Amino acid sequence: MRFDLDKAFGIHPSGMLLRSKRAELLANNIANADTPNFKARDIDFKKAMQQALEPNGVGQLKTTHSKHIKTGGIEMGNLSTELLYRNPLQPSIDGNTVDSHLEKSEFTQNAIQYQASVNFVTGKIKSLLTAIKGE
Amino acid sequence: MSLFNVFDIAGSGMSAQMLRLNTTASNLANADSVSKNENDTYRSKQAVFATLKNDFENESGAGVKVTAIVESSAPLKQKYLPDHPMANEEGYVFMPNVNPVEEMANMISASRAYQSNVEMMNTSKQMLLGTLRLGE
Repeated sequence: MRFDLDKAFGIHPSGMLLRSKRAELLANNIANADTPNFKARDIDFKKAMQQALEPNGVGQLKTTHSKHIKTGGIEMGNLSTELLYRNPLQPSIDGNTVDSHLEKSEFTQNAIQYQASVNFVTGKIKSLLTAIKGE
Repeated sequence: MSLFNVFDIAGSGMSAQMLRLNTTASNLANADSVSKNENDTYRSKQAVFATLKNDFENESGAGVKVTAIVESSAPLKQKYLPDHPMANEEGYVFMPNVNPVEEMANMISASRAYQSNVEMMNTSKQMLLGTLRLGE
């Protein structure tokens, strides 16, 4: 039986990579909560995960020529997703679209889901160690 | 590693909010500084925030920075106090255009934003430490 470490951990490594990138994006939104004309950005996590699982599916626009215009987004390994703009519920007068409460709750949620992935991988490592030791 | 960037972003946010808090402190401290003529009078100072970009291709920003500290162009307050030692020939003294209510609101906003940045840094620290302990 062939053993593949990448498959053993399932979607969690890609999930953690994407979650850490999303943490950065949300952190930037919170840091710019008072910046005039700043537009809050986020990614469609579900879509990005699907893209990571099916690399041949519909993803981001590829730039194959130096004069192609980049759409802007995240590209890491088999992950590629575009950055979207958040729709503000209450637009502010200075053009800023950050709702700091929403961003904070998203950031915390993202951190907890990251932690969940860490726990799943830890459990997997523990069971693998049990299998290796054979005790 | 994206999680390390969170530290830079939160750090830039904290430093920008601290600068804003400093200008607020300066404005409130000088709220009653009178002077003889219009040019020497203290004017309310305000920090201007802008998004920091790390490079052109990566559209997501890398924090916040203070690009300038501008002086308010609001009209100065003039008070008729002929007995005041700083009064001019017509008996007026000039007061700064600081609005204490506005400054108090600014102060609270800056301190709350600072707190958000600290919490964000703490959360990402927990995330990183959790990753370091992976498999334990």
